[in-house]
Amino acid sequence: MSNDIPLALYFHWPYCLSKCPYCDFNSHVAASVDHERWRKAYRAEIETLHHQFPDRVISSVFFGGGTPSLMEAHTIAQITGDIARLWGLGDDVEVTLEANPTSTEAAKFADFKAAGINRVSIGVQALNDPDLKALGRHHSAAEALEAVAIARRLFERFSFDLIYTRSGHTLKAWEAELRAALPHADGGHMSLYQLTIEAGTQFQTLYDSGRLTIPEDDLAAQFYDLTAAVMEDAGMPAYEISNYAKAGQESRHNLAYWTYADYAGIGPGAHGRLTFYGGPNAQDAQAAAAHTRIATRAHKAPDIWLKTILDVPQGSTAGAPASAPYSAFQNPEILTPLMQFEEMMMMGLRLRRGVDLDAVHARTGIDPKDHLNHAAIAALCADGYITQNGTIIALTAKGMPVLNAVLRAILL
Amino acid sequence: MDQKNIRNFAIIAHIDHGKSTLADRLIQRCGGLEEREMKQQVLDSMDIERERGITIKAQTVRLEYKSKSGEMYQLNLMDTPGHVDFAYEVSRSLASCEGSLLVVDATQGVEAQTLANVYQAIDNNHEIITVINKIDLPAADIERVSQQVEDVIGLDASEAVPVSAKSGIGIDDLLEAVVARLPAPKGDPNAPLKALLVDSWYDSYLGVVILVRVIDGEIKKGQKIKFMNAKAVRDVERVGMFTPKPVLIDRLGPGEMGFITAAVKDISDTQVGDTITTEKHGADTTLPGFKPSIPMVFCSLFPVDNGEFDKLRDSLGKLALNDASLHYEPESSQALGLGFRCGFLGLLHMEIIQERLTREFDLDLIPTAPSVVYKIHMTNGDVIDLYNPVDLPDVVKIKMIEEPMIKATILVPDEYLGGLLQLCQERRGTQIDLTYAGNRAMLVYRLPLNEVVFDFYDRLKSISRGYASFDYQLDGYVENDLVRMDILVNNEPVDALSMIVHRSQAEYRGRGMCERLKDLIPRQLFKIAIQAAIGGKIIARESLSAMRKDVTAKCYGGDISRKRKLLDKQKEGKKKMRQYGSVEIPQSAFIAALKMGDDKK
Repeated sequence: MSNDIPLALYFHWPYCLSKCPYCDFNSHVAASVDHERWRKAYRAEIETLHHQFPDRVISSVFFGGGTPSLMEAHTIAQITGDIARLWGLGDDVEVTLEANPTSTEAAKFADFKAAGINRVSIGVQALNDPDLKALGRHHSAAEALEAVAIARRLFERFSFDLIYTRSGHTLKAWEAELRAALPHADGGHMSLYQLTIEAGTQFQTLYDSGRLTIPEDDLAAQFYDLTAAVMEDAGMPAYEISNYAKAGQESRHNLAYWTYADYAGIGPGAHGRLTFYGGPNAQDAQAAAAHTRIATRAHKAPDIWLKTILDVPQGSTAGAPASAPYSAFQNPEILTPLMQFEEMMMMGLRLRRGVDLDAVHARTGIDPKDHLNHAAIAALCADGYITQNGTIIALTAKGMPVLNAVLRAILL
Repeated sequence: MDQKNIRNFAIIAHIDHGKSTLADRLIQRCGGLEEREMKQQVLDSMDIERERGITIKAQTVRLEYKSKSGEMYQLNLMDTPGHVDFAYEVSRSLASCEGSLLVVDATQGVEAQTLANVYQAIDNNHEIITVINKIDLPAADIERVSQQVEDVIGLDASEAVPVSAKSGIGIDDLLEAVVARLPAPKGDPNAPLKALLVDSWYDSYLGVVILVRVIDGEIKKGQKIKFMNAKAVRDVERVGMFTPKPVLIDRLGPGEMGFITAAVKDISDTQVGDTITTEKHGADTTLPGFKPSIPMVFCSLFPVDNGEFDKLRDSLGKLALNDASLHYEPESSQALGLGFRCGFLGLLHMEIIQERLTREFDLDLIPTAPSVVYKIHMTNGDVIDLYNPVDLPDVVKIKMIEEPMIKATILVPDEYLGGLLQLCQERRGTQIDLTYAGNRAMLVYRLPLNEVVFDFYDRLKSISRGYASFDYQLDGYVENDLVRMDILVNNEPVDALSMIVHRSQAEYRGRGMCERLKDLIPRQLFKIAIQAAIGGKIIARESLSAMRKDVTAKCYGGDISRKRKLLDKQKEGKKKMRQYGSVEIPQSAFIAALKMGDDKK
């Protein structure tokens, strides 16, 4: 039925040692964590998910958080083992772990590798200590670079993050910082984020009260352009709005999101996009439209999530009918073809390669002819924000930083 | 009752000088209401009236008073509207009385608004009794205030009656003065009916209630009556009086005041100042002084939610039931959608209507900048009244434009005089008079009404820290160098922002509007030119550079739903956007631009 259809797996580990003031992810600080209980929950979830989608090909695995480098390597080994046992897990499948670059965590990298991790993504964030402190980080710049060096030795593929337009950041300082960071990336992958003030964070409180200012608007645009130029120069051009890589080094897992492939989220607050195929094959648009695609989201609170999964009477999952849900199916949102169309456009345009309208049509059953503002597309092409090449629409370097306005203009 | 025992009088006072409190006290003293029935300011029945301390509709109360000599008197107390916007209504109320009580606050003195109404009373040959109120307050200065009454108004204040309406001091003396000093009406009981239509309003139970003062003859139930100016004939259904509770009686004789209902469906049939007579053997001539009401100030009202257009129309209809001076016509604006062009007697009238629409009908409204009625003299000899700047004919066909003028009287403590003189000059005023009474200056200026409708009163209050009082009367039309200034966004005119201005002020006002819009219009993917223009000539310009960054840095699997919802919200917001060529402008930008007044930023 859905043989060979790829599925990306995301695992959420919600715990951190402390909450960073800029972070709005689902992260929690706990006095103690019962790792055994988590292992049980992950295993139960993987099994029920497999029950539902036994024939998929696992295309990538990602451990995010929170701080998943605080997980026991044993837990990761169990998860990768379960995946391999149930679906199979090829050596070439990307298995990424997000990691904080403290010396303790870096010391676990080798164990993680042994547990099946083949790529790490390290949250370096800044290369000067006062700024790291302001960002609430527990590592020094030197410690972070040491962690990167360890990753470089252990893993064929790795990435690290930096955050720019920090408070008091100048273009000059950022350029120097970025150029200093480049040799450590070793022509691989970097995520370079503009600091965003997110709702509900400590930074928002400071920002709203005027105690925190960051470069914005036109100045932020200059930071973005500078970043793009430096990275292009270094042979790691932007392949997505905030992600830069040498060809072949792109994050395959994240590409699943941007190309709107299926992914399952396991862990508190994890999201998923899953398709239930209606026909024997999904070759044409009509058949695709007959499929049901749902958005899932697991309960955000770690304790409740654990209870939902573990406090189920024994045997209720084993031998359950094929439609037995895994925990994230509790409140699924059925995505209409039009919602899928919007999501696919929205995500796909983040990529430099853009979106193929034919693929969008085939995937969602929505004909872009009827749902895009073609006059706006022509105008945006003329003004140099986007390009249209046959059925492929893509943002230009000028268009990338104004994606939201472009989407508003072209989606009817 | 025999006319010699009837006294009809009005109360004239500045806002807050205690008119309504005094009326309450008189009603209470004459036993019109039980103690428990007295709410403060009995006469002001609408919430807005009570809250703002102003009277919008005329009201009468008939009081029975036994004088010290033991005789019974019928006192008809007329509570008049207290604001310049209702000057005509005030004049008709006054015309229905033989005398007035001029109430002056012993702590404040004479104010501009009082002046205008006193002069109207004098014009109506009223006997005037000066009442100095609030004498029990520590700051009361009876002597100074009496002197002011003599200096400023020119009335003999030697017989002024000192009272405290609040605590009831001097009320008996005042009632005796009313009986002794005010003249009795002198109508002819045998002449054909002649009654003055003082005011009218819609009552959900009684229908249209008409307040009348019988001059000659009598009015009774079942009579066929004629409204002489409106040329309408109706049967009198009910005759009554207010005590202040409505009480039905059989008839109203000469000199008496009361109300009638006459199966009137449409309040426009009952025009203030009209003469009522009998259909057969009626009077030949009407009472003097009738004028149909003419709106002087116009603005357009648009519902924020375009779906509320019908509700707005119904609500205006309901208000118009009670207010013949409210004019409204449907209007369509590219910027703001469907709405109504509304005409008002003046600024306060406009404010009250807007407030009632918002408060009583729960409407969310966008009012455009107020404007006045211009007279456009065409080269072919036609004269057109221009109610909306958008309708200005092609300038090459216009010979000249006239604008309405006012004569403004401003009373102000002299320390603020300089600022006010400057304000009047800025607003193209011509000084007519400047006199002093004590430490207060009385300024008389001739000003274009157009300059006053726009935040003049707010400026006046802020310059004088609230101490200046202001009143005006219309003073004809004058030719001026007036032009229509348009606001263009990427060369497309924004209709709601067009205005008529004096050429000398066009640049200044145009620049202000462009600067404001630059801050209000969100940046887009291209540069936007915001221009002010007269005809084809650009007089001010601002440009809004293209947006350069609006993207969110991170977007992974967990963010998709949130992003889509955000996008949907933006699409929803797009419905509230107005398209100007390629430029999308949120309605909220217009609302803010219109709200910010003219000079403020």
